[in-house]
Amino acid sequence: MRVSELASKESRVTNHSDATPQYVITAENLTKRYGDVTAVDSISFRVPAGEAFGLLGPNGAGKSTTMKMIGGVSQRTSGSLHIMGLDPEQHGPEVRAHLGVVPQQDNLDEELKVRDNLLVYGRYFGLPMSYLKPKADELLEFAQLTDKAKSKVDALSGGMKRRLTIARSLINEPRILLLDEPTTGLDPQARHILWDRLFRLKEQGVTLILTTHYMDEAEQLCDRLIVVDKGKIMAEGSPASLIREYSTREVLELRFGSERNASIGAELEGIGERLETLPDRVLIYAHDGEAALEQVTARGLRPVTSLVRRSSLEDVFLRLTGRSLVD
Amino acid sequence: MSVLTGSFNAGDHSVTDAARRRRFGPIYSRNVRAVVARGLMATKSSNWMVMVSGFFEPVLYLISMGVGLGAIVGSVQGPGGQEISYAAYIAPALLAVSAMNGAVYDSTWNVFFKMNFAKLYQGMLYTSLGPLDVAMGEIFLALLRGAMYATGFTAVMGVMGLITTPWAILMIPASVLIAFGFASFGMGITSFMKTFQQMDWINFVMLPMFLFSATFYPLSVYPQSIQWFIQAMPLWHGVELLRQISVGVFTPATAVHVGYYLIMIALGVLLTTSRLRKLFLK
Repeated sequence: MRVSELASKESRVTNHSDATPQYVITAENLTKRYGDVTAVDSISFRVPAGEAFGLLGPNGAGKSTTMKMIGGVSQRTSGSLHIMGLDPEQHGPEVRAHLGVVPQQDNLDEELKVRDNLLVYGRYFGLPMSYLKPKADELLEFAQLTDKAKSKVDALSGGMKRRLTIARSLINEPRILLLDEPTTGLDPQARHILWDRLFRLKEQGVTLILTTHYMDEAEQLCDRLIVVDKGKIMAEGSPASLIREYSTREVLELRFGSERNASIGAELEGIGERLETLPDRVLIYAHDGEAALEQVTARGLRPVTSLVRRSSLEDVFLRLTGRSLVD
Repeated sequence: MSVLTGSFNAGDHSVTDAARRRRFGPIYSRNVRAVVARGLMATKSSNWMVMVSGFFEPVLYLISMGVGLGAIVGSVQGPGGQEISYAAYIAPALLAVSAMNGAVYDSTWNVFFKMNFAKLYQGMLYTSLGPLDVAMGEIFLALLRGAMYATGFTAVMGVMGLITTPWAILMIPASVLIAFGFASFGMGITSFMKTFQQMDWINFVMLPMFLFSATFYPLSVYPQSIQWFIQAMPLWHGVELLRQISVGVFTPATAVHVGYYLIMIALGVLLTTSRLRKLFLK
């Protein structure tokens, strides 16, 4: 019965457009300009239901703007966007009924108590109190805030506020959860609790759209991601495939002391697949890091320290978006 | 943990129903009551002191000017030509001023703060609410507050013996009308404001309007050209309207005053609605 209800809703929702039904988000040539600045420059992507999809990029890459357009609170300049078959600009309230949003900065209602934050937010969706009361208690438990139900929002720690914001975003049992840098500013314990909670939601079939600049977070949570820089998509794929494509299996990190790092590059020529000289260390990208290290010592070079590690998404990210600071 | 299982489908279903009921464009979802309910809850838990102080302001003016100054002034000529006490003369004007102040405060400073600092609207607009729900909810709350103040102030007038006709009860709905005019305009104007310095311009307009709109003495003291200018300002119409009601004297001018506010409300709502996208949906 419930399944058929869901199925009929699916067909009803998707009738509005020609978007393929199995994709909950379809963006084509999505563009946003603020005056002369192009924040999002003709990006296209699709997100199938149930996927954890990451938007990675440095500050100012256009991640948050993309999130806002998905939520229908920012109007695109051109291109098309469909959320569950609906254009968020035309059907804002209806699209948002299926969205949960965790903004970059907590915007909890400081004038209300913790539990009331959940109840009132649910009322904004037009949900009845008979549904909201048990739901709020359930979510407080989910967010490990049951004993704070009657506290003021002011009195919560940063991690608690974040968990409450996430709990609040789930009050309407969204099909899509938008998380804009969900763990920025949290300590490692709080981050791991959040990751666990997000993982459980994914298991339920909630589609997660996540921006972050923590690469470990993206590797942990995302099935697939796009790397965005200056409003454009630089790469797209699963974390593992991106590492395969844009980096090597291992990385050898060598330190020769800050004076010699710059000049040693020529002497290391030919070792590994790629060489990168940084002020404090030299990186050799190689399939086999230990073998590369042997070649280095065979040339009579004696680094102060050496470290062989697995390639990570961070290597991919830095390669694609560069090492210079973005302001 | 049941958040992970049971209720998921059931909840999803009710969400769908809620969404199905409202397909009224991107800015309105027929859920003003949720915004109003939030305002009442917030008032209950934190803002009630502000509310109480708003009630006392006109009462203090009435006591100091009406009773204090009134002792020197004696009786003055009311709208129908009859002699009334100075306190009875300024009391309806003070009520009009308080309706204006409350509505302007709620629709400008309050909205400005919630929009730019508390980020309250940002959170609301990520739900099914549209900007029009939020605007109407906030205006309704401002009017509710205005109605409470007006009721309290009218009661104080009664206790002080300044009410001589049952018509005076109509001052309460008339105050709400005045508040509506200012609130609908105030919100539209706030949408243009970016900084606190700009917000100060609002006070710059309000204070002279309070002092010179025939609040404490009749308009006839001014030269004709200044009279015309003041008659173009909204507060003067509010003052005159309430003053007429307070003594139960109705003339064709009463209809003009009411009409002035009806037009002001219509224009203000139009302005605010057209600015809502700019205000909220960047």
